[in-house]
Amino acid sequence: MNNDSSEAVADSASVNKQMQFGLFSVGDVTTDPTTGKTPTEYERIKAIVRIAEKAEEVGLDVFAIGQHHNPPFIPSGPTEILSHIAAKTKELILSTATTLITTTDPVRIAETYATLQHLSDGRMDLTLGRGNTGPVYPWFGKDIRQGIELAVENYALLRKLWDEPVVNWSGKFRTPLQGFTSTPAPLDGVAPFVWHGSIRSPEIAEQAAYYGDGFFANNIFWPSEHYQRLIGLYRARYAHYNHGTPEQAIVGLGGQVFMHKNSQEAVKQFRPYFDNAPVYGHGPSLEEFTEMTPLTVGSPQEIIDRYATMRDKFGDYQRQLFLMDHAGLPLEIVLEQIEILGTEVVPVLRKELAIGRPANVPDAPTHQNLLAKKQAKESEKVTSSVGDTNYGVWE
Amino acid sequence: MKNYRIVALTAGLNSPSSSRLLSDRIAEATKKSLEELGNNVSVETFELRDYAHDIVNNLLTGFAPPKLETMINSVVSADGLIAVTPIFSTGYSGIFKSFFDILEPDALQNMPVILGANAGTQRHSLAIDYNIRPLFNYLKALSAPTGVFAASSDWGADNDSALQLQQRIDRAVIELTQMLINPSAPKPDKIAEIQDEFDPNNFNGSRSFGHMLGGLAGE
Repeated sequence: MNNDSSEAVADSASVNKQMQFGLFSVGDVTTDPTTGKTPTEYERIKAIVRIAEKAEEVGLDVFAIGQHHNPPFIPSGPTEILSHIAAKTKELILSTATTLITTTDPVRIAETYATLQHLSDGRMDLTLGRGNTGPVYPWFGKDIRQGIELAVENYALLRKLWDEPVVNWSGKFRTPLQGFTSTPAPLDGVAPFVWHGSIRSPEIAEQAAYYGDGFFANNIFWPSEHYQRLIGLYRARYAHYNHGTPEQAIVGLGGQVFMHKNSQEAVKQFRPYFDNAPVYGHGPSLEEFTEMTPLTVGSPQEIIDRYATMRDKFGDYQRQLFLMDHAGLPLEIVLEQIEILGTEVVPVLRKELAIGRPANVPDAPTHQNLLAKKQAKESEKVTSSVGDTNYGVWE
Repeated sequence: MKNYRIVALTAGLNSPSSSRLLSDRIAEATKKSLEELGNNVSVETFELRDYAHDIVNNLLTGFAPPKLETMINSVVSADGLIAVTPIFSTGYSGIFKSFFDILEPDALQNMPVILGANAGTQRHSLAIDYNIRPLFNYLKALSAPTGVFAASSDWGADNDSALQLQQRIDRAVIELTQMLINPSAPKPDKIAEIQDEFDPNNFNGSRSFGHMLGGLAGE
């Protein structure tokens, strides 16, 4: 009996590392359509901190926030919000959804996210995106028609800033750098893990594959078939660039759920929020939208059934984030939802998705993973140079 | 002998509508014209009214529900198009414009099209040329020079105007037939093109990331 239970513990510990589950927030300030009440920016910012704390309390792994520069959104400074959350949490991984690589100076991204990495003891990563609000580009002196080019050049510079101690650089979109050192340097010499998020651009899937970075598909607004093609492309190109097999590429997915132990009650509670939501409100019915997209409204078991099948479409993956605090849902309902997600849904999903997961599919990326990989690589380098026969293979 | 697939789109709101009536006349004449030259012709007609909710949903969410997606694929992959709208407030109907707003910008490039419109009186007969044709020019479709306009009186108030409507149809159909059997510009296979956007092989060569980086790390 003792033997059995200790095995079970070991199993669940390894299961816990395979996939990360968490929340991603847009940070919108939206009127609650059922009460007409609109939170103040102060209330919304504080609510987001509470939501992140709650995520940790119920055993979720990740909290991610967007970056926006226009009302009704509050997260213009995601690293400030995430640093504050880092100070109030112990285990939670802090991330973004997404950091605007097009309009944010890559030097500032390198500096502020490295600072967050130190303050959070490595409990962070980031997801880069181009942003879909047209005026943000001119507000920051950029041209939306160059969105892809900006993402390509700015990220190439960001990589140099994190990977090279002294950077000499010149490009098309930013003043040149001579003898520049980004401080602080990444924690333990390991740059934060980077995901690339895209809704529709194959070029971004190609970019993620080229660098061997993660690819995050928001997966909430459109049918899964669309994201399947993007992820299929990313996986194939990940292998093309010799980072591993297609199955070893690092994939994250968004999702959207609303739960109640009684399925009909879930629909009844969520419908006014759905019908008035920014993005899809006043369009398709809740029933049509749940059929066409991964939005699932129902009992915890219905959520489990739907999300346990995501890997059939996308392959075994590393990260599943849920959108929970939007469309004017009041904080107390959001906290209830997180409670159900963390206690009734995610523990079952962890187990179900561990079944049949091939051993060569990488675990979700963490600072510790990346550090161990770096140390292993360095010690192999030393070994091969001592033996003299394989010298240079690792370059 | 070739196979031609013609799609007719009508934006009438009544059932049956005058737009549909006109569209059927044009479609019939087109079929006959191509068949007389020894071709196989199939005609498929879609009434936008049947897709009205899906079209609005697509505008709001950015994606086409399955039924609409199937219809769009059928439209953009057709060999030739017949597009008929009622004239509302001196222009095409809202649902007609909304349908073209949800297509990919280049989806109708080099598509041969007959433009048709119907209205209560002949005073709107230039709407095809000042309002509808510019839309199809923007979409880079090839619209037949003759637009087919039908006022209520053209349906038979006197033999003269009914005859003139048939003449307009015949002229537009000859123009469409010419474009179909003797294309001046190649029409890419739209369906294949859309699917290819996510084909990994697309990213070898000139679209590889090395080239996006400016050739510095090119393959």
